[in-house]
Amino acid sequence: MKFLVFLEHHEGKLQKDSLGVLGKAAALGEAEAVLLGSELEGLAADAGRFGAQRVYVMDDVLLAKPLPQPRVDALETLVGEGGFDAVLFGASVLSADVAAGLAARLDAGLNYDLTDLAVEGGELVGKRPALGDSVYVDVGWRSEPRLALVRSGTFEPQESGGSAEVEKLESRLQDFSLAATMVEQAHEESEGPSIEDADVIVAGGRGLGGPEGFAAVEELAKALGGAVAATRAVVDAGWYPYSAQVGQTGKTVSPKLYLAVGISGAIQHKVGMQSSGLIVAINKDPNAPIFEYADLGVVGDLNEILPKLTELVRARRAA
Amino acid sequence: MKIAVCAKYVPEATATRRIDPSTKRLDRSGEGVLNPFDANAVEEALKLKEATGDGEVVIVSVGPEKALEAMRRALAMGADRVVLVSDEAVAGSDLVATSRVLAAALERESADLVLFGQQANDGDGAVLWAAVADRLQQPLISQVAELSHEDGKVRGKRQTEFGYDVIEAPLPAVVAVSDAINVPRYPALKGIMGAKKKPQETLSLADIGVPAEEAGEAGSRTTVEALNDPPSRGDIQKIEDDGSAAEKIVEFLAEKKAV
Amino acid sequence: MKPSDYPPPFDPSEFLAAPGEAEIEVGVLIVGAGPAGLACAIRLGQLLEGAPELADRLGDVPVAVLEKGRQPGSHLLSGAVVNPRSLRKLFDGRYQTRDLPFYGRVEHESVYFLTPQRHLRIPTPPTMKNGGNYVASLAQLGRWLAERAEEGGATILPETSGHALLVGDGRVRGVRTGDRGRGRDGQELGNFEPGSDVHARVTVLAEGTQGHLTGVALDRFGLQGDNPQVWALGVKEVWKIARPLDRVIHTLGWPLRAAKRYREFGGSFVYPMGEDMLTVGLVVGLDYRDSELSVHDLLQQLKMHPLLQELLLGGERVAWGAKTIPEGGFLSLPKRLHAPGLLICGDGAGLVNVPALKGIHYAVESGRLAAEAAFSALQRGETPGRRGALAGYDRALQESFVWRDLKQVRNMRPAFGRGLVLGGALAGAMTATRGAFPPGDARMEADADQELIRSDRAKSYPAADGKLTFDKLSSVFLSGNATRDDAPNHIRVQREVPKEIAELWTRMCPAAVYEVAENGVEVTASNCVQCGAITAKGGRLTPPEGGAGPDYKLT
Repeated sequence: MKFLVFLEHHEGKLQKDSLGVLGKAAALGEAEAVLLGSELEGLAADAGRFGAQRVYVMDDVLLAKPLPQPRVDALETLVGEGGFDAVLFGASVLSADVAAGLAARLDAGLNYDLTDLAVEGGELVGKRPALGDSVYVDVGWRSEPRLALVRSGTFEPQESGGSAEVEKLESRLQDFSLAATMVEQAHEESEGPSIEDADVIVAGGRGLGGPEGFAAVEELAKALGGAVAATRAVVDAGWYPYSAQVGQTGKTVSPKLYLAVGISGAIQHKVGMQSSGLIVAINKDPNAPIFEYADLGVVGDLNEILPKLTELVRARRAA
Repeated sequence: MKIAVCAKYVPEATATRRIDPSTKRLDRSGEGVLNPFDANAVEEALKLKEATGDGEVVIVSVGPEKALEAMRRALAMGADRVVLVSDEAVAGSDLVATSRVLAAALERESADLVLFGQQANDGDGAVLWAAVADRLQQPLISQVAELSHEDGKVRGKRQTEFGYDVIEAPLPAVVAVSDAINVPRYPALKGIMGAKKKPQETLSLADIGVPAEEAGEAGSRTTVEALNDPPSRGDIQKIEDDGSAAEKIVEFLAEKKAV
Repeated sequence: MKPSDYPPPFDPSEFLAAPGEAEIEVGVLIVGAGPAGLACAIRLGQLLEGAPELADRLGDVPVAVLEKGRQPGSHLLSGAVVNPRSLRKLFDGRYQTRDLPFYGRVEHESVYFLTPQRHLRIPTPPTMKNGGNYVASLAQLGRWLAERAEEGGATILPETSGHALLVGDGRVRGVRTGDRGRGRDGQELGNFEPGSDVHARVTVLAEGTQGHLTGVALDRFGLQGDNPQVWALGVKEVWKIARPLDRVIHTLGWPLRAAKRYREFGGSFVYPMGEDMLTVGLVVGLDYRDSELSVHDLLQQLKMHPLLQELLLGGERVAWGAKTIPEGGFLSLPKRLHAPGLLICGDGAGLVNVPALKGIHYAVESGRLAAEAAFSALQRGETPGRRGALAGYDRALQESFVWRDLKQVRNMRPAFGRGLVLGGALAGAMTATRGAFPPGDARMEADADQELIRSDRAKSYPAADGKLTFDKLSSVFLSGNATRDDAPNHIRVQREVPKEIAELWTRMCPAAVYEVAENGVEVTASNCVQCGAITAKGGRLTPPEGGAGPDYKLT
């Protein structure tokens, strides 16, 4: 099976999600990649190292800004004549718009939010969660090529150390695709990830005892490179801002690691974080509902455990 | 300025949603509501109309006939008209088919601005706006947390993983708003009472020039093959702190490659 | 110590307003889209069909129904086994019984006395015989009736609460609806939408149990009867089941205690809903004394009884809800159910026959009679605000089967204040003599006046296993509760109360609104499913913003 992987890049680096998808494609079949943008030196070689046999590059000032529509034109040129079984994207704000635009352009099926890809019986099969992760669906395609958006964080990049042939891609870009212009480009580095994007979240609940309890939570989050979240109860009580609230009436998050500290885990909270990769809970009440679904549940005093845990994490990361 | 807001009719009561095992799709046979995220788009449209002092806000939707009642909420908020494409042949449409039907309905309206909400809360139809923008051949700004309009152009602050971009596009254009953009107004009592009297049009596929085989399952390019239980979380471990909990946690995280 | 020692910070006059300029004018304004309010709207639609000039005179909106829930049905909950006579009368052939959204006629019924492990069949008390009656979900019936009301021309306004009564020159002129979009401290949020003053020629209050404006009206017009109203709290669930249930079941006894000092009056019901569902609920009088009594937890305990476990084995819980029922009956009825410009119907008036467990058909009949009284007054060209103009409603009600039934059983519920055994004997005597014996009228005591005791029974409440038994929070979630976290607190209670009172409320509330805190009680109003129990036991529920609260579908 021949795959084309859309590689995203930001400030001179290839994005981890794209590279992960590239690695998966290389494992499933023949993987080629496409790089669109401006001033892309060096990136093609990186693509090769992470699994691409060939990289198509369109380096054009008209593609300098991360806008989706010109990329649809470029991809149509590359893919429109056939030759690829599937075009894969690691989900992002940009790639989602590109993938959907391309689906309309080529009349090609797009499956999104995939958490796995496989070739079964010679056919490409995608797997995705539905209904708040309570059921998983196998999805397929009825078109060539098949378009897929893979959920962020699904595949880890595999550095295979290969090299890729570079082929220059040329494409005419349509007027309407160039009509939207970027007046200002995002460049601010926020203080740590927002909870929606974070890979690691440390969340605090009533067990913290008071707003001061969040100091330890913030320390641990910093040590892990993650974000801080809070339950409805503590936000109601004014211990932490609403923007950090996770749950039925707050945000829904699905980080790789969710550390719930002093949280009972009632369903109103659970529905906001149940699709997290790993759930670790610390609570002194052995009957807290959260222990029914935490991968690792620790019954103990968070005031003793948190500082030690933070120290150990720091030491480990420093090593 | 004529603004078309694309709104979706979604099953209500998230607590009792289920997948129909025979169709393997979300069971939409029960009651439904206006997708709450689309309320942000309706609100933004109303704000723009109020700012320019004139114009029209028309709600465009594709769904079953009973969707009309749910769309009335948008009318109660202040929208002027509803256009619903309701046709048996549309059921089971995926992104490709839905965008085709929606684009045809929108072309008929010739709006200056087409607005979408952040997502449908039924887990279907992500990034429909990009597909529609391509079919309409209009510029697109998505994930907009702030929108302004001036002199035949719109300017949107787009939320991305790296912060905010500011993007400008000439009208006609397609804009998808994020739920951070506004807090939708409650319909005023007068609005609720007046909603029923506002024009509500139901169109068939034929009315918008889309052949039946280009919609529904026939017009779709993706399939649902099987339903499975979620992968088990694996063994649940529960330990009591005997003084070494912190170490055990780190061990566990290291084993799972989480740290 | 008793709850009434700590009365809530509530003054009904806060919810009275002078009429001022009308923002919206309607002909007849009905508050509450339940069986009473919708029957009223349906009957008015029928009458106005035959009186087009009057319909014209009433303006663009001759009949409007305010409903505080997300849609009609969202706040409706009952057992229920419905006597179809009132609905048949209401539709007068336009719809047959088979058109009504019922789950089937009652074919068999059993009453059991429960002990912790056993169940003993006892003869069905005559007041409880359900032949010819139908099982229904009141929430579904409400939705269906709302559609009929709209077909008949009524305008239903969901997500709209009746906040204050507009009274001017001694007559009711309409209702001020509730604000939406206020923050926790009452501040106006970005999407603040003030309530509207809706003026009407006649206002009909059909708010159901613990009706907010009803309470305000009874106070303003001095309509309270000699006896206070008393309530019971019912908590119920709907289950998908593996094997059909062929009968209607009622139980007495365990887990309630018979001794007089506990005052635990009530029992459970199990009704089949078609072949693949059933509903099970427990109803307990709120005159109970044990501060550890939790109806929700007793229901969970009840489900572990062998009789019930067998019915529920292999099944799945699909709905949960809670609501109070007025139990004072005839003796607690207000002096009059009308005032200038005002009519009061249904559970809000207290029209419930406790021994028969029936209130829905009385609600429907009272709504129908209210419609006729309003229509007559309007057609005569009357000013419905004139004193006595609507007196025809009370007269009609007193000549109806509603009055007859309630009078007959008037002393039964109070008899159970003497304990299950003596109460049962007295009830038997009352039935046999159609209410003639014992003579006279009992006196009712307010629920909040009951002295508290503690019994340690909370230890025996089962832990939630997520399959057969469930905790309060996941139950609130299942009810579809959508009350904003940052909405103003709509519950009036004193906060600095002794531990026993805080504990009483914490156990009492099926939705975990109250929690024992350091110097009193903490209130998480966003959990509230507006059952009304707090109003019976020392607090006062007021309606939160429209659209908040549960979204019942099958209850």
